Amino acid sequence: MKLITAIVRPEKLDVIREALEAYGVQGITVSAASGYGQQRGYTEVYRGAEYSVDLLPKIRIEVLATDDQTDDILDVIITTSNTGRAGDGKVWTVDVHEAIRVRTGERGAAAI
Amino acid sequence: MTTTFSAGDTAWVLAAAALVLLMTPGLAFFYGGMTRAKSVLNMMMMSFGAIALVGVLWVLIGYSMSFGTDWFGGLVGNFDKFALHGTLSTGDDMALAGTIPELAFVGFQGVFAIITVALISGAIADRAKFGAWMVFAFFFSILVYFPVAHWVFDANKDANGNFIGGWLNGLGVIDFAGGTAVHINAGAAGLALALILGKRNGFGKDPNHRPHNLPFVMLGAGLLWFGWFGFNAGSALGANGVAAFAWINTLVAPCAAVLGWLIVEKLRDGHATSLGAASGAVAGLVAVTPACAAISPLWAIVLGLLAGAVCALAVGLKYRFGYDDSLDVVGVHLVGGIVGTLFIGLAAGPGAPSKGQGLFYGGGFELLGKQAIGAGSVLVYSFVLSLVIGWIISKTMGFRVSTEAEEAGVDIALHAETAYSAGTAGSTGASFHPLGSKAQAEVDAFNADDLLARPSGKQTGKKINA
Repeated sequence: MKLITAIVRPEKLDVIREALEAYGVQGITVSAASGYGQQRGYTEVYRGAEYSVDLLPKIRIEVLATDDQTDDILDVIITTSNTGRAGDGKVWTVDVHEAIRVRTGERGAAAI
Repeated sequence: MTTTFSAGDTAWVLAAAALVLLMTPGLAFFYGGMTRAKSVLNMMMMSFGAIALVGVLWVLIGYSMSFGTDWFGGLVGNFDKFALHGTLSTGDDMALAGTIPELAFVGFQGVFAIITVALISGAIADRAKFGAWMVFAFFFSILVYFPVAHWVFDANKDANGNFIGGWLNGLGVIDFAGGTAVHINAGAAGLALALILGKRNGFGKDPNHRPHNLPFVMLGAGLLWFGWFGFNAGSALGANGVAAFAWINTLVAPCAAVLGWLIVEKLRDGHATSLGAASGAVAGLVAVTPACAAISPLWAIVLGLLAGAVCALAVGLKYRFGYDDSLDVVGVHLVGGIVGTLFIGLAAGPGAPSKGQGLFYGGGFELLGKQAIGAGSVLVYSFVLSLVIGWIISKTMGFRVSTEAEEAGVDIALHAETAYSAGTAGSTGASFHPLGSKAQAEVDAFNADDLLARPSGKQTGKKINA
């Protein structure tokens, strides 16, 4: 099993979610995030004074996947969140030792 | 001098006075939006505190000191009209000021005193003790505003027609609605207090000092503009052509000033901003305040463009000179007031209601010189007195909150309130109880664990691991 974590543009959430559902993903976890990458932040101007804002709003999407689904789900996320511009975000996976559905106690792939 | 009562004039001045009162809550939004989220309530409270305190002071002694019988050759009024003595008779013999009841004039001038004091608070955002602010407002009103209002606005004559009003009024300085008495006065006081209190922690560096709610700023600017029609057109003290003249200039000068400010921003910063539009409107309103009955609408457009551009450049002065006039009372009100007051000396024309000829109309430098005396004398007097009052307060009760209170936010430190709780709703770890001894005793007696342990109570939950 893998945990897929995607940090993406907030406005891309809906299209990613729909694409994941169409692929067959049962559930995702979404949280607000802020941060910056290579492009850093942006500059605001108030009465001639500049304020640089480095931490940009992002969305963190987490998906649990079986090993054979992982590459497909990564493809879905990358193709739907890519705009070609700086700030599109990052996706990574980590190995998951165990997953348990709280309600039923099911383990492993059955819990996903 | 016999005058007759006019219902139309009275109706307009009463309505105008109410419009001017609305300016101060509008100012609270204008200023509040520009502060950090953790000090917006304190910012707004300084305006509401000014309403409460100055409103009372005005009725007790302010009107008398501003428009009572002259003392000391035009410097201040005496206390003959303490608590509005002599203005309250009702019925046919009600005291008149021109064609309106003197009481209507009292109210109209009273709201000017209120907003002048409230304007100053923008220079000390985020870091002043509320009590110290109120003490300052008390002494500023009595020692600075009431005398200066007398200098500028009191045009009384004695029974023989000899002038016995304020010295600037007698000199022939044109200030229709308070460019000197209100804006230069407040701006100079704001500069003094900014110097007394010192910079906010992180001034010029901390990005959290940026405005927390620009829609508030726009709302406040809109309310100010709306109320300003009462401020300027109401100063005609009648429903007449002078009021209409001032009204038109109060429309067109701020419009031009918004454009002037935005052009400077676009050229200098690359963006026309909403804060710039709101600031430009206020700068234009400030500049046209003294001039609205002295210059033609065409000159009002020129004045607006000039004031918008100059004030947009002037708000950067605090970074260059290193004083923290937090919300640009100096850059907008002092500079805007000076621009408008001096512009009268250039463009005052024969067609305008206020009689005076500026340089452009062959009046030479005479009027310009008088305007400079008006602006300079109010500036120096207000700055010096405010510096002294502020210094004494800071050395006795202290004017500035502690560093810890400033970091935590003055709203919590001073008022035990917060404006917003977004992001923490439902999981604050907080408790709530009514204040007062009886309520507190009930709270103390209440124990939520008792409810859970009560055997007869309805219990739906199961004990875990039972």
